[in-house]
Amino acid sequence: MTIAPLCPAPIMQHETVQMAHGAGGRLSQALMQRLFMPHLHNPFLDLLDDQAKLDLPPGRVAFTTDSYVVSPVFFPGGNIGELAVNGTVNDLAVGGARPIYLSAGFVIEEGFSLAELETIVKSMAEAARKAGVMIVAGDTKVVGKGQCDRIFINTSGIGVISEGLKLSCCNLQPGDSIILSGTVGDHGMAIMTSREGLSFQSRITSDCGALNGMTAAMLEAVPTIHAMRDPTRGGVAATLNELAVSSGVGIAINETAIPVKEDVRGACELLGIDPLHVANEGKLVVAVAPADASKVLEVMRSSEHGRDAVIIGTVVVDHPGMVVMNTAFGSRRIIDLPLGEQLPRIC
Amino acid sequence: MKYIDEYRDPQLARNILDEIRRKTTRHWTIMEICGGQTHSIIRNGIDQLLPDTIELVHGPGCPVCVTPLESIERALLIAARKEVIFTSFGDMLRVPGSSKDLFMVRSEGGDVRILFSPLDALQIARDNPSKEVVFFAVGFETTAPANAMAVWQAAREGIENFSVLVSQVMVPPAMRAILSSPENRVQGFLAAGHVCAVMGYEEYEPVAREFHVPIVPTGFEPVDLLAGILKTVEMLEEGRSEVVNRYGRVVSREGNRVAQEIIGKVFEVTDRQWRGIGLIPGSGLALRAAFADFDAEKKFQVTHICAAESPLCMSGSVLQGVLKPDGCPAFARECTPEHPLGATMVSSEGACAAYYNYNRNFVL
Repeated sequence: MTIAPLCPAPIMQHETVQMAHGAGGRLSQALMQRLFMPHLHNPFLDLLDDQAKLDLPPGRVAFTTDSYVVSPVFFPGGNIGELAVNGTVNDLAVGGARPIYLSAGFVIEEGFSLAELETIVKSMAEAARKAGVMIVAGDTKVVGKGQCDRIFINTSGIGVISEGLKLSCCNLQPGDSIILSGTVGDHGMAIMTSREGLSFQSRITSDCGALNGMTAAMLEAVPTIHAMRDPTRGGVAATLNELAVSSGVGIAINETAIPVKEDVRGACELLGIDPLHVANEGKLVVAVAPADASKVLEVMRSSEHGRDAVIIGTVVVDHPGMVVMNTAFGSRRIIDLPLGEQLPRIC
Repeated sequence: MKYIDEYRDPQLARNILDEIRRKTTRHWTIMEICGGQTHSIIRNGIDQLLPDTIELVHGPGCPVCVTPLESIERALLIAARKEVIFTSFGDMLRVPGSSKDLFMVRSEGGDVRILFSPLDALQIARDNPSKEVVFFAVGFETTAPANAMAVWQAAREGIENFSVLVSQVMVPPAMRAILSSPENRVQGFLAAGHVCAVMGYEEYEPVAREFHVPIVPTGFEPVDLLAGILKTVEMLEEGRSEVVNRYGRVVSREGNRVAQEIIGKVFEVTDRQWRGIGLIPGSGLALRAAFADFDAEKKFQVTHICAAESPLCMSGSVLQGVLKPDGCPAFARECTPEHPLGATMVSSEGACAAYYNYNRNFVL
């Protein structure tokens, strides 16, 4: 009599994600135990309960969610996994919160490479470790070929805001200094120049990174910071417009003060795109009373994500709800919200 | 950035501005032909820096703006077909037809792709032999050589599943139309630098002589534009009507002969409708009979499609320099980039969009 070997349903029998990996059966369990848990495990996840039961330190609770659908999934300077962790960490951090817990939901297209999935999960674990947060809940769904574009990730995050902090995009006061943490457009241009169909190459890398270390240090030094935002989609232009509208003030910025990397500037020139409209994933826009600006700058410049921090403008009473740029030539122009998709120009 | 920063030097710009102020003794109206120039002028606030006596009016050189509505309607019909991969420069996707744009066709399941070169469309055709690949060949003399080359290569290789929807236009006939109009106010031209890079500026010399206007091929950076304006003002003040090149690093008198040759091989001159302006005789390019197999209008039988413009839109007057965008009653009211009535509000090179984006006048 021959004894059939126990089937361990090893996921590596497959090189790609199968529908069964998301069906809740053996393959789902194998995926969980062999691919996700080795990288993400922590006391909350290890229990394999349907929910994480969390204790929170005192303070107001900040809660946020964001879905990541970036294409390509792997780009110069990062991948969708670390983007999903850092993006949600940053959304908490800019509200003055200390990010603590994250959840992660995966929607994976049938046929996606398991090796690539593992790389993504690994970098999520690494990003979470660097940011000092734990991924305490998760979910995986597999959809048929063509029903999503390779992999989508949703992360939600919980953080706690210390007593006394009152950051809000409604808080800008005339006279405030507007500080930008570094060069604009790195992430968006890294993505755009790595997409198929563009026949030039660049060395532009994404600025994808977690800002919570820097924001914590800034708030410790100057708890009265009026507002912070991370200028992601729509770029610095969209963020400044949102701040101006929410606070009912004008913002005046100086063209010569805006830092743009040479490669990013070149790619933007070529594609006819304004760097101020291009997404960032590791940058910060700060509004602070002018008396506190130099202190905030000093703290930012000592952080790896704020080395190039600079004052780019001021909050003004004029043109409420609008952002106006003083050009290098001494003229002025409106900096508007970008309209929909960034379209390369025709000639 | 080399070849860019030198032409954005604020001190150099100020020096040229001083020179323009010194040379100007009376009011002059100068038209920049190209939408790229309009964009740069408004973006850099050059119009704010010039003396009040120099008035810049904005020309018809926005390919997206002047592509006639019926071409857009034909594109929408072709792009919606199941067997078609419709490819285009990005700017065209947002241009409204009478009921939708190419983005909406894409959202309804049409395979519409943004490309940077018509030669990429040809590659898509090679890679997808079971599909019909169509490229929307719009633009001035700048896009004509690459569009011609794509058709030429398709013919040489016998790629039967490739075709182009042509709406090519040319600058000199439009200049003649503007100058012949009884409403014309234009006294001098900044010719479009990149068009001249292809075509040279020899063909502008008869226009300058015939209509007694100075014409200056001009680049796109602030210093280029100011140098072009200075030269035009100098000639106007001296009563000269010549063609003088101020974009020497790119433009020569004879232009790019190789590019002109391929245009001539594939295209022939035809009458062409300009959106907002109307029919300008001899102002367009159409595929020669030898390349009729690559004509998407014929292949998909959409030649008969006609369309009517919004009666509110005054883009024709804007494109001819008769009306400034903010002089239109619909500007920033019924007509905005989110709800454009005409293509001049859509394209990044459209004068109305440039005014809306950078200088809505009510604040600056």
